[in-house]
Amino acid sequence: MSFVSRGFTGRRRAVPAGRLPPGQYDVGDGFPVLSAGPTPYTSLDRWDFRVRGQVDEERRWSWAEFQKLPRESVVVDVHCVTSWSKLDTRWEGVSVDTLLADVVTAAEFVVAFSDGGYTTNLPLADVTDGQAWVVDNYDGRPLAPEHGGPARLLVPHLYLWKSAKWVRGLELTVEDEPGFWESFGYHNYGDPWREQRYAGD
Amino acid sequence: MTDPDDAVARRLDANAAAGPLAELFTVDLTVAMATCAGCGNTAPLAAHPLYAHAPALVIRCPKCAAVVLRYASGGGRLRLDLRGARLLTVTLDGAAAHGLSPVQ
Ligand SMILES: [Zn+2]
Repeated sequence: MSFVSRGFTGRRRAVPAGRLPPGQYDVGDGFPVLSAGPTPYTSLDRWDFRVRGQVDEERRWSWAEFQKLPRESVVVDVHCVTSWSKLDTRWEGVSVDTLLADVVTAAEFVVAFSDGGYTTNLPLADVTDGQAWVVDNYDGRPLAPEHGGPARLLVPHLYLWKSAKWVRGLELTVEDEPGFWESFGYHNYGDPWREQRYAGD
Repeated sequence: MTDPDDAVARRLDANAAAGPLAELFTVDLTVAMATCAGCGNTAPLAAHPLYAHAPALVIRCPKCAAVVLRYASGGGRLRLDLRGARLLTVTLDGAAAHGLSPVQ
């Protein structure tokens, strides 16, 4: 009887209670790559980050300027709408609070826009107050292109499609403008703890 | 011909579309020719790059990389987005194709 199932049950590590939103599983050491298009490879001398739209004055940082901004390290759990979650991921980058500091706006929403044409919309209140970062480092290394490098948005309290890969800026908007997945029937807000995968959930 | 009003007679209940739509969704769409709404390029759908490792199937234009078609099943619904396709052309087989030879 000793040969039955030996070696398989031990691989799955126990997930502490309350860490996984409903319908999610722990992907463990893996980090699945989800991609709706070709991976853009933008050279750093052509990269910039913009804050535009409903703002008093457009902001722009070159890569070199972005690197000089105050940096933060965060360890967070991330949750993908395709039902995997990854716990204790380590990122480094610039808080969106830093990027939006001093911006005068009447906007209540943002659209993150990326190389390759990807967009995702979020309430402005969900990317401020220490809830979102533009990260360029994962697990101590420069963020790999397949995971969104040179830089991606990180909004860990929402499903990972809101954490736009290859992000190049934030457009502040007065009206909420559905992004790439939101316009395809995915939930406009995407709270994993309320399992808001699809519109109407 | 009991209905005197031509306009009303021509307006069919959408249930009447069930037959034709069933045809559409039982053909093998990968043999269809798709015309990109962005750049106008026409190519067999099967020759388009497909990104399947995403929350949906995403099919892009082989010329300009714009999204041509998105398809997903989840949450108890099927969703098809064809905004990026100006035209889909499916060549029918046999008798049904009479008079409908493909434009080359
Ligand atoms: Zn095209």
